[in-house]
This record gives sequence, structure tokens and C-alpha cells, in this order.
Amino acid sequence: MKSIILTTVSKTLLPLLLLFSVFVLLRGHYLPGGGFIAGLIASIAFILHSFANGLKKTRHLLRIHPGFLIPVGLALAIGSAIAPMIFQDLPVMTGLWYHNEIPVIGKIGSALFFDSGVYLVVIGVSLTIIFTISEKA
Amino acid sequence: MSTLLFAILSSFLFAILLFGIGQKVFARISWFASILPISLFTYFLSFLGPTSSGETFSYLTKWVPSAGVNLDFRMDSLSTLFTLLITGVGSLVFLYTMKYLKGHKYLLRFYIYLSIFMGAMLGLVTSNNLISLFIFWELTSISSFFLINFKNTERASRKSAITALSITGFGGLALLAFAVLAGGLAGTYSISEMLNSSEALNNSSFTPILLILLFFAAFTKSAQFPFHFWLPGAMKAPTPVSTYLHSATMVKAGIYLLLRFSPHFGDNEIFSTVLITVGSITMLFAGFHTLFRTDMKGILAYSTIGALGIIIFLIGIGTNTSITAAIVFIIVHALYKATLFLLTGTVDHQTGTRDITQLGGLKKHLPILFVAGLLAAVSSAGIPPSVGFLGKDLIYESTLHGNQSILLTTIAVITNVFMVFAGFIVGVKPFVGKVTEKTIEVNKPHWLMWFTPLLLAITGIVFGIFPGIIEGLFTNSISQQLSGSEGMHLKLWHGFTLILLLSFITISLGLLIYFLWKPSSKKVRFMEGFNIASPKHILLKFAEYFEQFSYFLTRVFQNGYLRRYVMILLVLLTVVFGVHVFINPRVFLSLKEIRGLEVSEIIVCVVMFVSILYTVLTRSRLSAIAGMGVLGYSICFIFMFYGAPDLAMTQFLIDTLTVILFVLVLYRLPKYLRLSNNTNRIRDGIIATTFGTFLAFTIIEIMNETPIKKTTEFYAKNAYEMAKGKNIVNVILVDFRGFDTMIEIIVLSIAALGVFALLKLYLKKHEK
Repeated sequence: MKSIILTTVSKTLLPLLLLFSVFVLLRGHYLPGGGFIAGLIASIAFILHSFANGLKKTRHLLRIHPGFLIPVGLALAIGSAIAPMIFQDLPVMTGLWYHNEIPVIGKIGSALFFDSGVYLVVIGVSLTIIFTISEKA
Repeated sequence: MSTLLFAILSSFLFAILLFGIGQKVFARISWFASILPISLFTYFLSFLGPTSSGETFSYLTKWVPSAGVNLDFRMDSLSTLFTLLITGVGSLVFLYTMKYLKGHKYLLRFYIYLSIFMGAMLGLVTSNNLISLFIFWELTSISSFFLINFKNTERASRKSAITALSITGFGGLALLAFAVLAGGLAGTYSISEMLNSSEALNNSSFTPILLILLFFAAFTKSAQFPFHFWLPGAMKAPTPVSTYLHSATMVKAGIYLLLRFSPHFGDNEIFSTVLITVGSITMLFAGFHTLFRTDMKGILAYSTIGALGIIIFLIGIGTNTSITAAIVFIIVHALYKATLFLLTGTVDHQTGTRDITQLGGLKKHLPILFVAGLLAAVSSAGIPPSVGFLGKDLIYESTLHGNQSILLTTIAVITNVFMVFAGFIVGVKPFVGKVTEKTIEVNKPHWLMWFTPLLLAITGIVFGIFPGIIEGLFTNSISQQLSGSEGMHLKLWHGFTLILLLSFITISLGLLIYFLWKPSSKKVRFMEGFNIASPKHILLKFAEYFEQFSYFLTRVFQNGYLRRYVMILLVLLTVVFGVHVFINPRVFLSLKEIRGLEVSEIIVCVVMFVSILYTVLTRSRLSAIAGMGVLGYSICFIFMFYGAPDLAMTQFLIDTLTVILFVLVLYRLPKYLRLSNNTNRIRDGIIATTFGTFLAFTIIEIMNETPIKKTTEFYAKNAYEMAKGKNIVNVILVDFRGFDTMIEIIVLSIAALGVFALLKLYLKKHEK
């Protein structure tokens, strides 16, 4: 079942939704949002694309297997957790913050990297599961 | 002393390094693996001088200081002895394996397991903290499991491995309980500090439990009766493993533990009585069993159990002499038993059999190996001038000067007679006598395969001729440390004494049995007739029934149908809630406090109700899924109305994904079936309604409680100050409870891997 409307819309929606997911990720510390929700939004964006254009095209678009995002995300999260231990001799998961604010993003701290790790893991996990199941179907 | 930490942990790093090398490259440079034990051996040799004069070295780094768990390593004379045994025998075994398993597909894997084992063992004998000792103890059990299971295509190997792991694993649990209890009584987990509170350990009402736990740990690990049977089974492992783990080092861990704690419990009546009794039974039992084995490794396994029994027995006697005897005997046993095991491996490798009845006349083909075997047999029999003679002398010395001297001496003599027999039957028998079918043509082994046992055998003789080496380096300082006074003076010749006479009797009786008793498969079968009464049989039967019982229980509760799981959970919760509401009815609702419903809320509630009804009643699967989706979105609205936007967003997204997943899976399901008849549906309906009603009651009851605001206030106050965030939910997720989140994403990843692997496997199977 391919609908021209859905195919056309999904091409525009994919970048928009991905951008939105990054926005949700970044604003999470102050307003509703965060890595988990953002990860879900991003994976829904890809799934929508795959529904409209077929799994093959989405895979091609992604270039890598979504499963590869899992170890990358885990490494990012764990790295941000042990960074204070390695660099400043503080206990694991102490929040480190960069003093100056960065335009658009705001304050940057180790929590942001941790949340980005969660974001990547969630995308990797949900896409791996759904892609594998739909491949079977 | 941070080099000490590095030395102990280097084996683990080395294992990772080996892993990185890869199998193909490693097959060409397998000598590389031997660098580790040899360099560690030289490193630990440097401790020999200082520790023998009573110095100790320690290295402490905080691990979990709040729980008193530290990486606390301590090198004293006893630890030095064990580290040298581990790395020394380890070096030879590493070298030997290179040729023994040459060209094996999984040679690299073997070396990785061996390195991990060596690291664990070194950690075990140097740990001064009971908890870290426990961790290393378990690591040795686990690496032993993998090594016994090395030929994992054979059913017998797998079975032996699981038996060994369950027996030693139970012992490990006992050790953990011991550690916690002893730590609680003494107020510290540090073994050396515990010495100061041995009063508290000995005079508490928990003392008997403490000792039982300690015994359980030590006896399972050191294969004492009735837990001995895992050790003969463990002989399924390749011979280098049997040499290293199941004779020279790992099985001595229990003995190490008892020696370590003998200053703490040495004066305790129970401690000595139990050790002497169990040691005696094991000695006699295992010694007797050596007569009824034809497999060389089987004979060696039982004689190892016997030797371990002797050492436990000596620790139990607990005098200055007997501790000296135990230390000497540990060295004696490691030297001759490792020789005999390596020799067995070479014979097996060259002739293809280990059956003693099929071997003979190997002298012609393997003359040097014969020399090694003869020397080891001499040492095992305790014939002068071997170090074994020293050991046996000291055993009689300790049994004669104590309570019950006649009984204990008789037991020791009988056991030693069997030891003489075992040593000769393995070390000499295959080389003499008639040439058999299997030994007509035998290729020359690689030099490493005769040199390593020979080196060990010669060391045994050298130590025997110069007993001062052992005395000066080990026994003096160790018995100083364990019993507070210097050990016995060791010498070969004592003059014509009672002990010499006993020695003479032992050796001649042993040799007599060796010449008269011919092991045969008939005798093996005769002995197997008694298996039904053996502890092995009883324990295995118990395990079997236990398995059947748990299988039955699992089938009842988890029959594989989701509806059954849900039903069991709901019924259980309904009963819990129901009993609570019934016993303690505090449910009241004051209508005045409840504000009226808004129009939007009423609409959402109606939508929810309709969607539930629709889901339950529809006959199409797709519409049921759509109904569930509508219900999920309505719940999002409820979350929105009551101020939980994060929750609403998550619920919304998860619901979307769930519907997508359902639709995807839908294609694979059979056509819509009425899985349950009307009676079942009515029953399910009643269960669901009752559960819902009681849940509602409980919620109303909770609302009447004054809420505890402490946690909320803490987060509200500190979210911005400490974590610089305004969204409390997110701050909790990434900062305050970040560790939980980390574990959660790990679990998620594992789930994804599981789904991926299972479905891919399924796909592959169907493509064929």
C-alpha cells in the first residue's frame, strides 16, 4: 500500500521531526522533554518514513544498522558518568558544568551528554526491534 | 606497593590482550602466553627474602569504603608460598599446554581461561579483605567451570562441569555468609584486623554457625568427603587443567582458607575435632578408592583427594609440628602430583590411552619421562632422599605427639600406604612390564612434554636433600605467623626412631600392594556396584527431583499463555487488596472535598469507557488495537489535566509505538480466533471488575493519607541549586537517579539484542 500523499509528506516530515526531537532533547532540563521522549520521537520519524517508502529506503537513508546506535549511546552515557572520576577525581556521576552559556543550547553539562546517550540508545533499541519485526512480516 | 596490585590484576589485562590478538595470529606465537606466568613468578620470587624473615607488604585501595570492602592485598610468608606455587606450576603448565594442545582450534580460548584463573587465584591468596577474597574465590570456580567444560561438545564434560560448579558454588555462598557474619562480629572485613577480635569470633552464640559456614566453603572447594565427587568428574578437563586447577592450586584454596583462619579459630574445640574427623574419613575413603580405578587420572584424582584430606587433618591437629607438616606436605604434594599429572598427559598424548591395564613397557620409548615418573613415585611414597620422605616423617611426628596418638597414627599409616601404591601405579607401572598393543610404536614427544615433569620431579629431590631451603624460606616464618613459634627443624635423618620404623612399614606395605594388586576393569565394576550409597548418587538424585519439582511449578504458573500470566497476577493482587480492604476498611469519601468534573474530563472519561467496551466486544483484531490506542491517548489527556506533561508525552509516544508494533505483528498471527468460550469470558470479566473495584478502593484510601512531602520538597529545592535544571522529572532521570537510568538503558539494549537475535535465528531457520 503506497500512497503518494504519505510518501511526499513523510519526506518533509522526517527532517522536521528529527529537528523537533533534538529540540525536545535540549529543552528537557528546563521544560517537559528529555532524552527518552526525544529518542521515541526520532524513532517514530524513521518508522513513518519506512511505512511510506518501504523499509529498504529507510535503511538506505540510515546507512548504518540502527543497532550500532546502542553501543555508541551506551558509551556516551557511561563516559559522561565516569568523566568526573577520571578528570577531576570526583565521585561517579557528579554533574560537571561549563560556566559560560552557549547561544541557543544554553548551559552545557555532563547531564546533557548523558541524556544524549539515552537518546541514541532509545533510537537504536526501538528501531532495531521494529525493523527486525517488520522485516519478518 | 602499587606494583602488587598491578601484578595481581595483570592476568586479567593479559586475558583481554590475548583476546585482542585473535586466534590465527596466536596459533603461531603461542609461546607468548607463557611470558605472563614466568614474569609473575620472578616478580613473586622477590618477596621470598623479606617475607621469610617475617616482613609483610600490603597495598590498600578503597573500593566500596562505605561497606568496608576494599582492594586490600597483603603479602606475607603464607601468601608468598601460594603465589609461588600458582605462578611456578602455572609457568610449566602454560609451557606444557603449548605442545599438548598444539593446533587445537580453541587454543587461544584455553589460554584466556587459564590467565583469568591465574589472576583469580593470585587475588584469592593475597586478599586481606574477606569480601574481595570471596569475589576471587567465585572467579576461580567460574574459570574452573569453563576449563572443565573445554570439550563442551561432550555430554560428560558438560555434566561434570555443572556438578563442579554447583558444589563449589554452594561453598562460595557459604563463604559469603561466613564473611558477612564474621565481618559483623568482628566489625571489620580485614582478615589481619580480625585477629584482634578472635575473642568475639570464638565466644559468640554464632560461633558454631560461623564454623559450619567456614567448613562448608573449605570442604567443597578442597573436595572433602562427602563433597569430594566433583573432583574425579573434573578430570574430564584437558590434563594441563587437571594438573593446575584440580591438583596443584585451586583445590588448595580451601586449605589456604583454613590455614588463614587457623590463628583465629585454632584453640576452638569444634575447629580441630571436625577437621580431624573429616580429614580422616576423606583420607581413608579416597585412599581405598585408588585401588579400584584403572584410569590414570582417576587414580590421581582420588589420591589428590586423599592428600587434601591429610592436609586438613594436619591443620586440625593444630600443633606447631602439624602446621609445619601441613606446609611441607602442600609443597610435596604440588611437586609430585603435578609431575604425575603432566606425565599422564604425555603418555595419553603419545599412546592415546590412559588406561593402566593397557599400558606397559614404555621405558624403551620414553626413558626420560620414566625417570621423572620414578622420582615422583619415590617422593609420593616418601622414600628418602625425596621431599616426600620429609613430609611423611612430619605427619607421623605430629600424630604421635598428641591426643589419640595410636588411632591417628594408624589412620595416617593406612592412608600413606595407599599413597605409595597410587604413586607407583601411575609413575612406574606404565613404563615397566610387557609391551602392549598400544605401546608398540610410540612417537617421541616434544622436549617440553618431558622436561616440565622432570623439572618438577627433580625439584622435589633437591628440596629433599636440602631441607633447609623449605625451612628457611617457608615453614619457619609461616608457623611463626600461624602458631606464634618457630616450626620444626627439618632434617632427613633422625636416627633409628619409631618414625623410621613406621616409614619402613608404610613403604613396604605400599610396595607389596603395588606388586600384588592388579587393577582391572572387573574391580572397577565391582566398586561401581556400591554407587547407589555414594554421596554423589544421593546428591545427584536430589538435584534431579528438585529439577522435576521446579519444572512442575514452572508449568503451573508459567504455561506460556499471556492470558494465564495476567490472570494469575490480577487474582493475586485482587486477593491482597481485597483482604486489606476487608480487614481494615478505611475507605470513605467526603463528597464536599471533591470538586465537580469539568466538561473536558467527562468527555475523556466517556471516550475511555466506550473504547474499552469496543475493544472487549469487537471481533476484529485491528479494531481492538485501534480501541486500545484510543484508550491510551485518553489516558494522556488525564495526565495532561493533572499536571504531568512529561508523563503525557511519554505515554503518547509509547502508545503510538505499541500500536505500530501490534500492527506489524498482526500480519503474522492466524485469523481472529475466539480463544475462550463464554464461561471463560464471564470469569475474566468478573476478575477484571473485582480487581478494578479494589484498586479504586485502595486509591481512595491512599488519598485519605496525609502525603509525605519530604522527597518532593527535596527535589523541588535542590533540582535547580544542585543540578541546574528546572524540569524536576528530567533532573531526577539524568542526575539524582541517573544511575537507575543507566541501568535501564543497559536493560533496554539487552532486550533489543534479544529480540534481534531471536528473530534473526527464526528467519535463518525458515530460509533453509
